[in-house]
Amino acid sequence: MTLALLVRRSLRQHALSTLVTAGSIALACGLLMSVWVIKRQAKSTFSSQTGGWDAVLGARGAKLQLVLNAIFHLEASPGNVTWQEYLDIAKSPMVKLAVPIAVGDNYYGYRLVGTMTNLFTEAEYIPGRRLTPKPGGRIFDQELREAVVGSYVAQQLKLVIGSHFKPFHGLNFDPTKQHDDEYVVVGLLEPSNTPADRVIWIPLEGLQNMTGHSEETSTDVSAVLLKLRSPIAGQQLDLKINRQETKLTLAWPIGMVTAQLFDKLGWLNGVLELVAYLVAVVAGASVLASIYNSMNSRRRDIAILRALGARRSMVFSAIVAEAAAIGLLGAVVGVAVYGVIMTVVVRLIQVQTGVVLDALAFDPVFLGAPAGLVLISAAAGVVPAWKAYRTPVAENLIPES
Amino acid sequence: MLSRLSLATTLKAVTLLEIANLRKAYTGPDGTRHEVVDVPRFSLAAGAHLGMRGPSGSGKTTFLNLIAGILAADSGSVSIDGQDMSRLPEPARDRLRAQSMGYIFQTFNLLQGFTCLENVLLGMAFGRGVDRPHAIKTLERVGLGERLHHFPRQLSTGQQQRVAVARALASRPKLVLADEPTGNLDPDNARIALQLIREVCREQGAALLLVSHDQDVLRSFAEVIGLDEINRAARKQEVSL
Repeated sequence: MTLALLVRRSLRQHALSTLVTAGSIALACGLLMSVWVIKRQAKSTFSSQTGGWDAVLGARGAKLQLVLNAIFHLEASPGNVTWQEYLDIAKSPMVKLAVPIAVGDNYYGYRLVGTMTNLFTEAEYIPGRRLTPKPGGRIFDQELREAVVGSYVAQQLKLVIGSHFKPFHGLNFDPTKQHDDEYVVVGLLEPSNTPADRVIWIPLEGLQNMTGHSEETSTDVSAVLLKLRSPIAGQQLDLKINRQETKLTLAWPIGMVTAQLFDKLGWLNGVLELVAYLVAVVAGASVLASIYNSMNSRRRDIAILRALGARRSMVFSAIVAEAAAIGLLGAVVGVAVYGVIMTVVVRLIQVQTGVVLDALAFDPVFLGAPAGLVLISAAAGVVPAWKAYRTPVAENLIPES
Repeated sequence: MLSRLSLATTLKAVTLLEIANLRKAYTGPDGTRHEVVDVPRFSLAAGAHLGMRGPSGSGKTTFLNLIAGILAADSGSVSIDGQDMSRLPEPARDRLRAQSMGYIFQTFNLLQGFTCLENVLLGMAFGRGVDRPHAIKTLERVGLGERLHHFPRQLSTGQQQRVAVARALASRPKLVLADEPTGNLDPDNARIALQLIREVCREQGAALLLVSHDQDVLRSFAEVIGLDEINRAARKQEVSL
């Protein structure tokens, strides 16, 4: 009770420095938690973000580019796959399902992807879940200029069933390059929290034959999404396509290809971690400086407490406990800081990629960061506590004039 | 002089405080040693009230601090209730001070960040333990029942000294040391504070050793001695002056 009273009153007496110092701890705690969660979640979420596909077949090029283009709808296509090549892979006994996609147009920056209806009727982006239109909508007719709109695009562009639109040429929005072809929205997809939410889906032939597109490549596709019959099939196709053919690339397994991106960005994670650790060290130092600088004004109180019978160890403990309490206060506020940072980051990642990170999924850093910062704060309190421990009583009982 | 000393030391059977060959010196800035306390023998009976006359610079605060164990003596012994403080390790000395002594300072030495009640509770916390009802009762006894949750800065100087009195006496000490307790008070408040200290000490059966240079304060004591009568260092100082 006595220790708690001493700590409580001291924190109140030095309220401003307590708040500023706890604020720096909170920032450090929030940053540490965010950096670790983003690092872990981004890698695991993106690596598991396969759209339910096992592999992607595309033109000769980098596997990562192929995956980013076909699964995440981010990069440009590395080239085209002929219709015959699509038919060949689709007929392969190792392939369970093959869905071609074609890209090359956008509507106000959101990508149009031409595909076939079996993307909606046969493919599952996670087991048991398909890209499904909301009630009142339907999948486009392969023969008509109809579109099914991802939930995020619909929300951003305020597209509803019955909306008409004319796409723009290219993957980046250029108002001077609008096509004459007009499409009508016939379905709005339920949110899937996948990159599919950021896409406008139209019939494959619609995109292939859009006015202004080259007739020579009008039957080509950008990539073929593949569901394989077994993991061995993946190995066999990998061997056949990547090692023997020269025109095509098979990105398999998709998760491993995506993980390469994060391996390449490992240095960036290292920098972010370093910054977070430095902030933690500075926060610890600020606890030390704040309490140490107040020691002169505390000397008389310490002497009075000692004159009342408080042991040196009690005075020492009170200072360390106060430092730990500042750390605890900072850690609690740090959880709120984490919430704010993650709200922004999750939204940003969703806007850019359609992938949604789960900021509330348990991560060991939720315990480690607050506990570590409380420990750092308590350790920072040892130096001023030692000064308090050594405070002579008699000479400090006299008030300062 | 001898008769006064003997008065203070007669109750041998119930001696509470006993001092023998107590010495304390300080080293000055020029490196020379200045002896401040040199008391061959002094004792105080349990429940006795003794006024001690001590002009400024006579070493009275040092003497009281040595008794309280706040200062370590160069040599000699201070026994409280049969326990020699000089032989006790510091934590035990702290505990003995908290359990057996109350100290009233001229400058009150209240903890400014704590309420009146908390100041009194802290005075109890390191000794026999916190007894909240008794702390409240003691504050009521000194007339501050309505000021329990006030901070010292919200009180007059007279009221602050009453908090200091309550803090010193709430833990039911056997010995109360008072160092110029009325030195910062106006005459009316000084009279009230002195009366209060003596009354509460009497009610609790505590011995009181009050040091002051104020003759009006000392006049209220049946028994008064001069610090220079027991402190050879003070006498030497007078000679050298």
